[in-house]
Amino acid sequence: MRRPLQLRAPQAIFFCCCLPVIYCMISARGPEGRAAGEKKPAVEPAKHEAYTEKIAKTEVAFDMAPIPGGTFDMGSPKDEKNRGEHEGPQHPVKIAPFWMGKYEVTWDEFDVFRAEEGVKKPEDNDKKLKADADAVTGPTPTYVDAHYNFGGGKQPCIAITHHAAMEYCYWLSKRTGRTYRLPTEAEWEWACRAGTKTAYFFGDDPKDLGEYAWFSGNSDEEPRKVGLKKPNPWGLYDILGNVSEWCLDHYQKDGYTKFALDKPFLEPVVLPTADRQPDVVRGGSWVDEAKNCRCATRFASEKSWYKQDPQRPQSIWWLTDADFVGFRVVRPVEEQENLKGLRSKVTLESK
Amino acid sequence: MTNSQPTRRDFIKTSTVAAGAALAANLLPSNLYAAGDDEIKVGLIGCGGRGTGAIDNVLHSARNVRIVALADAFQDRADGCERRANELGQQKEVADLGNKVDVKGRVFAGLNAYEDLLKTDCNYVMLATPPGFRPIHLAAAVAAGKNVFTEKPVAVDGPGIRSVLDTYEKANEKKLAIVAGTQRRHQLGYLETIKQLHDGAIGDIVAGRCYWNMEVLWCKPREKQWGDLEYQMRNWYNFTWICGDHIVEQHVHNLDVINWVIGKTPISATGMGGRQRSVPNPQDYGNIFDHFAVDYEYPGGVHVLSECRQISGCWNSVSEAVTGTKGMCQVNDYRINGKRILSRDQDQRAVDPYIQEHTDLIASIRAGKPLNELKTVAESTMTAILGRMSTYTGGYEGKPLTWDRAINSKEELMPKDLGWKMTLAEPPVAVPGKTKFI
Repeated sequence: MRRPLQLRAPQAIFFCCCLPVIYCMISARGPEGRAAGEKKPAVEPAKHEAYTEKIAKTEVAFDMAPIPGGTFDMGSPKDEKNRGEHEGPQHPVKIAPFWMGKYEVTWDEFDVFRAEEGVKKPEDNDKKLKADADAVTGPTPTYVDAHYNFGGGKQPCIAITHHAAMEYCYWLSKRTGRTYRLPTEAEWEWACRAGTKTAYFFGDDPKDLGEYAWFSGNSDEEPRKVGLKKPNPWGLYDILGNVSEWCLDHYQKDGYTKFALDKPFLEPVVLPTADRQPDVVRGGSWVDEAKNCRCATRFASEKSWYKQDPQRPQSIWWLTDADFVGFRVVRPVEEQENLKGLRSKVTLESK
Repeated sequence: MTNSQPTRRDFIKTSTVAAGAALAANLLPSNLYAAGDDEIKVGLIGCGGRGTGAIDNVLHSARNVRIVALADAFQDRADGCERRANELGQQKEVADLGNKVDVKGRVFAGLNAYEDLLKTDCNYVMLATPPGFRPIHLAAAVAAGKNVFTEKPVAVDGPGIRSVLDTYEKANEKKLAIVAGTQRRHQLGYLETIKQLHDGAIGDIVAGRCYWNMEVLWCKPREKQWGDLEYQMRNWYNFTWICGDHIVEQHVHNLDVINWVIGKTPISATGMGGRQRSVPNPQDYGNIFDHFAVDYEYPGGVHVLSECRQISGCWNSVSEAVTGTKGMCQVNDYRINGKRILSRDQDQRAVDPYIQEHTDLIASIRAGKPLNELKTVAESTMTAILGRMSTYTGGYEGKPLTWDRAINSKEELMPKDLGWKMTLAEPPVAVPGKTKFI
């Protein structure tokens, strides 16, 4: 079962009417009713600053970059080269300010989670939840090399499920006292585009992609340590390429057709379900060609990503056949209402 | 050009040697629609995660397959498997193949549950218990005239291997088919790569190396209501008498690939290893080692380095490589002298080898040309047992332990007269240099 798209139209209206700054910004976008795709993204000045989050009692820290709020056209225009049908129609979306990890989550970071919350057997997580419904659950052991021969440390964490990425964020939030979660698909695209509206944040021609991204054309078939290439204009490294990044959203092929085209939706998200797939990954990866590392490229997770897991039920933590998938975290300046307290609903019984 | 959902793997165009149409034909299970429609009536012995996985696999492997019976030492495991099997039977693809799950009244539990299962009219038994029990179950299944899918490894000690080799002969006499869960033998990339090696792609093999280095694996701490035997069986991975140690239980896959490539079994082995167990509760990890490094000698002075480790935070690899007189091959990457035989994309789209192994087994039964892989998997299992024995003992009379000596070992690891109320002390940890070869 897929849940309906979670729209926040009433809040959006309230927000637009009551905040003069926002009102000006919306007005500045020109006459109402103009079709999406023609407007320039409107970026509000960010009032929040970059910071480094240290995970207490460990040597591990990670950097968070401020991402301003604003309005943009999500998806790709009809005439974009190599575009997928599910990238449209372009529709205006309004995003509230947040912070985003400058880098993809590394094994150094994920390994703290595993060390503190990892369990010996799946049923150990049931015991944790029985004792305390709000307990953090943790990854089970892997039967293979979790690093898939690519190494750990500052390498991006790979082959983790959407559930694992969400539970990591839940743990990290409890551990730091600040709300961390996966980016919504809209937040991800807004942050990736960084005020631009071209196929890549550096233009429409992929010839420069190698300066910013590890993709099939330069990866030599390996993901690389995070942060080796140039960042995007908002200081995000590897936002295209290296590893595809989980978004919070459940994937809907026709999801973009459900939006109005003449007024921006505030903070759209398709909430994740109790199903193991399909969820959204973005940005393309070290296995993808340049055409699939565009700002608007969407992928959906699928059953084949677990193919070589010989157990039933299959793991809800590890993807045996998706060594190209990782994630990065965001922290909202003010959490949107429908994401407060959100936790993964996936269990071993999930389809 | 527009696309809807871009294909996942794009390497096909950039980094592949042409693999050709022969490979494309393998992207669906071959023989999925093979002639012959004898109903395959499946009984499962060993209802854990792998056994349940095998049910899912066999239900997707061929037409006219029915799961008819389940057996496990523990009632809760058997019941859990029944529930999951019924769910797996509801999948659309399964119904489309005319397959179903129909085990009501034929779910058996207890130490002798396998005997009850073998009395049913199943004609295809899947063995997925911990490996210590495998020789007994193999012998009983073949005696009962059943075709067999057996998980790897197939034994944990010398007497077990000798029993399995005897069962291999009996199966041949009865024209029964046996396929083993060394699924790389049914995996497109391995098949194509090793075919080229056998055709001389890198000349004669002169050396090899293989690894299963990973993180610490699972354990099941003791619970108060369990007796000695129940504890050791539920925490089976960590006891050599049930598991064989991880060199046997897991690394057998990589050693099997090496034996397959070289086409021979080793003459001798010398190993070192131990048990660091720098984990919070080392007492929960039974008596197995957590690291082995073994040097195998094959005929012709060919040496193979084997490592397996279950310690977190170290360099990890699950892989096989061989060097020949004309180059080298990273077998698990399907890469010969730097060139890939199969692209990532083709690998991704190839049939799941866990399904293909059942497809091949069932096709051989229906064609009246039974496959029998039992000897091959017994030899690969023995290769791993030889490595473990050489490591546990530190060698024999100051020399590497030979294959001939090891396969004739008189040491039976399984305790006598198993019963839920028995007293069963945890076996000691081996001490190289002190532990004797028996």
